[in-house]
Amino acid sequence: MRFGVVRFPGSNCEQDVVHAVNHLGFDAGYIWHGDTSLEGYDAIVLPGGFSYGDYIRCGAVARFSPVMAEVVRFTEAGGPVIGICNGFQILTEAHLLPGALLRNTGLKFVCKPTHLRVEESACQWLDLPADTVVSIPVNHNEGNYTCDAETLRRLRDNGQVVLRYCEPDGSRAEGGSAPNGALDDIAGICNEGGNVFGLMPHPERVVDPVTGGTDGQAFFTAIARRLAEVR
Amino acid sequence: MARFEIYVTYKKGIFDPPGATAERALVNLGYDEVASVKIGKYIQLEVADGTPSERVREMCDKLLANPVIEDYRIETVGEA
Repeated sequence: MRFGVVRFPGSNCEQDVVHAVNHLGFDAGYIWHGDTSLEGYDAIVLPGGFSYGDYIRCGAVARFSPVMAEVVRFTEAGGPVIGICNGFQILTEAHLLPGALLRNTGLKFVCKPTHLRVEESACQWLDLPADTVVSIPVNHNEGNYTCDAETLRRLRDNGQVVLRYCEPDGSRAEGGSAPNGALDDIAGICNEGGNVFGLMPHPERVVDPVTGGTDGQAFFTAIARRLAEVR
Repeated sequence: MARFEIYVTYKKGIFDPPGATAERALVNLGYDEVASVKIGKYIQLEVADGTPSERVREMCDKLLANPVIEDYRIETVGEA
Protein backbone atom coordinates (compact mmCIF):
# COMPACT_ATOMS: atom_id res chain seq x y z
CA MET A 1 0.00 0.00 0.00
CA ARG A 2 1.64 3.21 -1.17
CA PHE A 3 0.17 6.68 -0.80
CA GLY A 4 1.23 9.36 -3.28
CA VAL A 5 1.24 12.90 -1.90
CA VAL A 6 1.21 15.67 -4.50
CA ARG A 7 3.47 18.67 -3.96
CA PHE A 8 2.26 21.87 -5.57
CA PRO A 9 4.31 25.07 -5.29
CA GLY A 10 2.98 26.41 -1.98
CA SER A 11 1.80 23.11 -0.48
CA ASN A 12 2.85 22.98 3.17
CA CYS A 13 1.16 19.94 4.70
CA GLU A 14 2.64 17.24 2.47
CA GLN A 15 5.31 16.24 5.00
CA ASP A 16 2.66 15.91 7.71
CA VAL A 17 0.67 13.55 5.49
CA VAL A 18 3.71 11.42 4.64
CA HIS A 19 4.64 11.29 8.32
CA ALA A 20 1.08 10.33 9.26
CA VAL A 21 0.76 7.43 6.82
CA ASN A 22 4.29 6.23 7.66
CA HIS A 23 3.34 6.35 11.34
CA LEU A 24 0.36 4.13 10.50
CA GLY A 25 2.66 1.63 8.81
CA PHE A 26 2.10 2.54 5.17
CA ASP A 27 4.52 3.56 2.48
CA ALA A 28 4.30 7.03 0.95
CA GLY A 29 6.07 9.11 -1.65
CA TYR A 30 5.99 12.67 -2.96
CA ILE A 31 4.66 13.45 -6.42
CA TRP A 32 5.82 16.69 -8.05
CA HIS A 33 2.97 18.74 -9.54
CA GLY A 34 4.76 18.68 -12.91
CA ASP A 35 4.85 14.87 -13.02
CA THR A 36 2.68 13.10 -15.57
CA SER A 37 2.59 9.62 -14.08
CA LEU A 38 1.01 8.20 -10.95
CA GLU A 39 2.41 4.75 -11.51
CA GLY A 40 3.20 2.83 -8.36
CA TYR A 41 0.68 4.69 -6.18
CA ASP A 42 -2.50 3.12 -4.80
CA ALA A 43 -4.07 6.25 -3.35
CA ILE A 44 -3.45 9.94 -3.97
CA VAL A 45 -3.48 12.74 -1.40
CA LEU A 46 -3.76 16.42 -2.35
CA PRO A 47 -2.39 18.09 0.79
CA GLY A 48 -3.09 21.40 2.46
CA GLY A 49 -1.24 24.64 1.93
CA PHE A 50 -1.39 27.66 -0.30
CA SER A 51 -0.81 26.31 -3.81
CA TYR A 52 0.24 29.13 -6.14
CA GLY A 53 -0.22 31.62 -3.32
CA ASP A 54 -4.00 31.13 -3.45
CA TYR A 55 -3.96 33.62 -6.34
CA ILE A 56 -7.17 34.17 -8.35
CA ARG A 57 -9.00 31.69 -6.09
CA CYS A 58 -7.71 28.92 -3.81
CA GLY A 59 -6.86 25.95 -6.02
CA ALA A 60 -7.74 27.76 -9.26
CA VAL A 61 -4.21 27.55 -10.69
CA ALA A 62 -3.18 24.21 -9.17
CA ARG A 63 -6.00 22.45 -10.98
CA PHE A 64 -4.14 23.11 -14.24
CA SER A 65 -0.88 21.57 -12.99
CA PRO A 66 0.25 18.76 -15.33
CA VAL A 67 -0.28 16.12 -12.63
CA MET A 68 -3.97 17.01 -12.33
CA ALA A 69 -4.81 15.48 -15.74
CA GLU A 70 -3.43 12.22 -14.33
CA VAL A 71 -5.36 12.66 -11.09
CA VAL A 72 -8.57 13.06 -13.12
CA ARG A 73 -7.79 9.85 -15.05
CA PHE A 74 -6.95 8.07 -11.78
CA THR A 75 -10.32 9.03 -10.27
CA GLU A 76 -12.18 7.99 -13.43
CA ALA A 77 -10.62 4.54 -13.06
CA GLY A 78 -12.01 4.41 -9.52
CA GLY A 79 -8.72 5.24 -7.83
CA PRO A 80 -9.01 6.75 -4.35
CA VAL A 81 -8.16 10.46 -4.00
CA ILE A 82 -8.42 12.58 -0.86
CA GLY A 83 -8.06 16.36 -0.81
CA ILE A 84 -7.37 17.97 2.54
CA CYS A 85 -7.97 21.71 3.02
CA ASN A 86 -6.26 23.31 -0.02
CA GLY A 87 -6.54 19.85 -1.61
CA PHE A 88 -10.33 20.03 -1.16
CA GLN A 89 -10.33 23.48 -2.77
CA ILE A 90 -8.33 22.09 -5.71
CA LEU A 91 -10.79 19.19 -6.13
CA THR A 92 -13.74 21.61 -6.35
CA GLU A 93 -11.91 23.88 -8.80
CA ALA A 94 -11.12 20.79 -10.91
CA HIS A 95 -14.83 19.86 -10.82
CA LEU A 96 -13.98 16.50 -9.27
CA LEU A 97 -16.25 17.56 -6.41
CA PRO A 98 -19.25 19.92 -6.66
CA GLY A 99 -19.58 23.35 -5.04
CA ALA A 100 -16.92 25.82 -3.94
CA LEU A 101 -15.15 27.07 -0.81
CA LEU A 102 -15.63 30.74 0.00
CA ARG A 103 -13.99 33.04 2.48
CA ASN A 104 -14.97 32.27 6.09
CA THR A 105 -18.02 34.32 7.07
CA GLY A 106 -16.21 35.78 10.09
CA LEU A 107 -13.39 37.02 7.78
CA LYS A 108 -10.94 35.39 10.18
CA PHE A 109 -8.45 32.62 9.56
CA VAL A 110 -9.72 29.76 11.71
CA CYS A 111 -7.17 27.47 13.37
CA LYS A 112 -8.58 25.22 16.09
CA PRO A 113 -9.84 21.72 16.86
CA THR A 114 -13.39 21.12 15.63
CA HIS A 115 -15.93 18.43 16.37
CA LEU A 116 -17.14 16.57 13.31
CA ARG A 117 -20.02 14.18 12.96
CA VAL A 118 -19.62 11.26 10.58
CA GLU A 119 -22.62 11.02 8.27
CA GLU A 120 -24.02 7.97 6.48
CA SER A 121 -22.20 8.29 3.17
CA ALA A 122 -20.73 6.55 0.13
CA CYS A 123 -17.20 7.62 1.10
CA GLN A 124 -14.61 4.85 0.73
CA TRP A 125 -12.02 6.73 2.75
CA LEU A 126 -13.81 6.55 6.04
CA ASP A 127 -15.73 3.70 7.53
CA LEU A 128 -16.43 5.03 10.96
CA PRO A 129 -20.04 4.34 11.89
CA ALA A 130 -22.52 7.13 11.21
CA ASP A 131 -22.96 9.57 14.12
CA THR A 132 -19.43 9.00 15.40
CA VAL A 133 -18.04 12.32 16.65
CA VAL A 134 -14.35 12.99 16.03
CA SER A 135 -12.16 15.94 16.95
CA ILE A 136 -9.94 17.17 14.13
CA PRO A 137 -8.30 20.59 13.72
CA VAL A 138 -9.12 23.04 10.95
CA ASN A 139 -6.67 25.62 9.66
CA HIS A 140 -8.07 27.79 6.87
CA ASN A 141 -9.34 31.12 5.62
CA GLU A 142 -11.57 29.78 2.82
CA GLY A 143 -13.51 26.84 4.23
CA ASN A 144 -17.01 28.18 3.83
CA TYR A 145 -18.54 25.48 1.66
CA THR A 146 -21.30 26.52 -0.70
CA CYS A 147 -23.27 25.09 -3.61
CA ASP A 148 -26.65 25.72 -5.24
CA ALA A 149 -29.86 24.22 -3.86
CA GLU A 150 -30.05 21.51 -6.52
CA THR A 151 -26.47 20.38 -5.82
CA LEU A 152 -27.16 20.31 -2.07
CA ARG A 153 -30.22 18.14 -2.68
CA ARG A 154 -28.11 15.73 -4.75
CA LEU A 155 -25.35 15.65 -2.11
CA ARG A 156 -27.88 14.71 0.54
CA ASP A 157 -29.82 12.21 -1.60
CA ASN A 158 -26.70 10.40 -2.82
CA GLY A 159 -24.99 10.18 0.56
CA GLN A 160 -22.20 12.51 -0.49
CA VAL A 161 -22.08 14.56 2.70
CA VAL A 162 -19.39 12.74 4.67
CA LEU A 163 -18.69 15.07 7.61
CA ARG A 164 -20.56 17.90 9.30
CA TYR A 165 -19.27 20.33 11.91
CA CYS A 166 -21.12 19.69 15.16
CA GLU A 167 -21.16 20.28 18.89
CA PRO A 168 -19.17 17.93 21.19
CA ASP A 169 -22.29 15.76 21.69
CA GLY A 170 -22.87 15.41 17.94
CA SER A 171 -25.80 17.81 17.80
CA ARG A 172 -25.81 20.83 15.50
CA ALA A 173 -26.26 24.29 16.97
CA GLU A 174 -29.16 26.41 15.86
CA GLY A 175 -27.63 28.83 13.41
CA GLY A 176 -24.92 26.32 12.54
CA SER A 177 -21.92 24.67 14.15
CA ALA A 178 -19.48 25.44 11.33
CA PRO A 179 -16.61 27.75 12.36
CA ASN A 180 -16.54 29.16 8.83
CA GLY A 181 -20.21 29.58 7.88
CA ALA A 182 -20.28 26.45 5.69
CA LEU A 183 -23.65 25.62 4.14
CA ASP A 184 -25.47 22.89 6.05
CA ASP A 185 -22.42 22.64 8.37
CA ILE A 186 -20.63 20.71 5.62
CA ALA A 187 -16.99 19.87 6.44
CA GLY A 188 -16.38 17.12 3.90
CA ILE A 189 -18.02 15.63 0.81
CA CYS A 190 -17.34 12.82 -1.63
CA ASN A 191 -18.21 12.20 -5.26
CA GLU A 192 -21.02 9.82 -6.23
CA GLY A 193 -18.59 6.91 -6.51
CA GLY A 194 -17.23 7.58 -3.02
CA ASN A 195 -13.60 7.37 -4.21
CA VAL A 196 -12.95 11.13 -4.27
CA PHE A 197 -13.14 12.74 -0.84
CA GLY A 198 -12.53 16.37 0.09
CA LEU A 199 -12.52 17.85 3.59
CA MET A 200 -11.38 21.06 5.24
CA PRO A 201 -10.14 19.57 8.58
CA HIS A 202 -6.66 18.01 8.81
CA PRO A 203 -6.82 14.34 9.88
CA GLU A 204 -3.05 13.97 9.26
CA ARG A 205 -2.42 16.17 12.30
CA VAL A 206 -4.14 13.81 14.73
CA VAL A 207 -2.75 10.33 14.13
CA ASP A 208 -0.39 10.32 17.12
CA PRO A 209 -1.27 11.15 20.76
CA VAL A 210 1.89 13.27 20.82
CA THR A 211 0.12 15.87 18.67
CA GLY A 212 -3.19 15.78 20.46
CA GLY A 213 -5.19 12.77 19.39
CA THR A 214 -5.68 9.80 17.13
CA ASP A 215 -9.07 10.57 15.58
CA GLY A 216 -7.42 11.15 12.21
CA GLN A 217 -6.17 7.58 11.85
CA ALA A 218 -9.44 6.22 10.47
CA PHE A 219 -9.13 8.56 7.49
CA PHE A 220 -6.07 6.70 6.22
CA THR A 221 -6.50 3.16 7.54
CA ALA A 222 -9.93 2.67 5.93
CA ILE A 223 -8.71 3.11 2.36
CA ALA A 224 -5.69 0.88 2.98
CA ARG A 225 -7.86 -1.89 4.39
CA ARG A 226 -10.32 -1.52 1.51
CA LEU A 227 -7.59 -1.74 -1.12
CA ALA A 228 -6.08 -4.76 0.62
CA GLU A 229 -9.49 -6.48 0.48
CA VAL A 230 -9.90 -5.80 -3.24
CA ARG A 231 -6.60 -7.54 -4.00
CA MET B 1 -3.32 45.56 -28.40
CA ALA B 2 -6.99 45.31 -27.56
CA ARG B 3 -8.04 45.98 -24.03
CA PHE B 4 -10.82 44.40 -22.00
CA GLU B 5 -12.00 45.14 -18.48
CA ILE B 6 -13.54 42.30 -16.54
CA TYR B 7 -15.68 42.63 -13.41
CA VAL B 8 -16.08 39.49 -11.32
CA THR B 9 -18.78 39.45 -8.65
CA TYR B 10 -20.45 36.80 -6.55
CA LYS B 11 -23.63 35.31 -7.96
CA LYS B 12 -26.89 36.43 -6.44
CA GLY B 13 -27.50 34.48 -3.25
CA ILE B 14 -23.81 33.82 -2.54
CA PHE B 15 -22.84 35.52 0.71
CA ASP B 16 -20.02 38.03 0.29
CA PRO B 17 -18.27 38.33 3.69
CA PRO B 18 -15.99 41.32 2.84
CA GLY B 19 -18.96 43.17 1.30
CA ALA B 20 -21.15 42.52 4.33
CA THR B 21 -18.37 43.70 6.66
CA ALA B 22 -17.84 46.91 4.68
CA GLU B 23 -21.60 47.46 4.70
CA ARG B 24 -21.79 47.17 8.51
CA ALA B 25 -18.72 49.35 8.94
CA LEU B 26 -20.18 52.13 6.78
CA VAL B 27 -23.44 52.08 8.71
CA ASN B 28 -21.45 52.18 11.97
CA LEU B 29 -19.61 55.23 10.64
CA GLY B 30 -22.95 57.00 10.34
CA TYR B 31 -23.72 56.38 6.67
CA ASP B 32 -27.24 55.26 7.39
CA GLU B 33 -28.18 55.50 3.73
CA VAL B 34 -26.00 52.48 2.86
CA ALA B 35 -28.24 49.57 1.86
CA SER B 36 -25.75 47.13 0.36
CA VAL B 37 -22.06 46.73 -0.43
CA LYS B 38 -20.73 44.03 -2.73
CA ILE B 39 -17.00 43.58 -3.25
CA GLY B 40 -15.66 41.87 -6.36
CA LYS B 41 -12.61 41.76 -8.60
CA TYR B 42 -11.57 44.05 -11.42
CA ILE B 43 -9.27 42.64 -14.08
CA GLN B 44 -7.53 44.53 -16.91
CA LEU B 45 -6.75 42.27 -19.82
CA GLU B 46 -4.66 43.15 -22.86
CA VAL B 47 -4.74 40.78 -25.80
CA ALA B 48 -3.65 40.76 -29.44
CA ASP B 49 -5.75 42.88 -31.78
CA GLY B 50 -8.63 41.00 -33.35
CA THR B 51 -9.04 38.60 -30.40
CA PRO B 52 -12.73 37.69 -30.40
CA SER B 53 -14.62 38.38 -27.18
CA GLU B 54 -15.59 34.69 -27.26
CA ARG B 55 -11.95 33.89 -26.36
CA VAL B 56 -12.07 36.30 -23.44
CA ARG B 57 -15.28 34.67 -22.22
CA GLU B 58 -13.51 31.32 -22.39
CA MET B 59 -10.64 32.70 -20.26
CA CYS B 60 -13.18 33.85 -17.68
CA ASP B 61 -15.02 30.52 -17.56
CA LYS B 62 -11.81 28.54 -17.31
CA LEU B 63 -9.67 30.55 -14.91
CA LEU B 64 -10.53 34.15 -14.11
CA ALA B 65 -13.95 33.40 -12.62
CA ASN B 66 -15.55 30.32 -11.09
CA PRO B 67 -18.99 29.95 -12.71
CA VAL B 68 -20.15 27.93 -9.69
CA ILE B 69 -20.08 31.01 -7.47
CA GLU B 70 -19.27 34.02 -9.63
CA ASP B 71 -20.71 36.10 -12.47
CA TYR B 72 -18.57 38.29 -14.68
CA ARG B 73 -19.06 41.19 -17.04
CA ILE B 74 -16.66 41.94 -19.88
CA GLU B 75 -16.26 45.45 -21.23
CA THR B 76 -14.35 46.21 -24.39
CA VAL B 77 -12.25 49.30 -23.77
CA GLY B 78 -10.50 49.49 -27.15
CA GLU B 79 -6.82 50.01 -27.84
CA ALA B 80 -4.34 49.61 -25.04
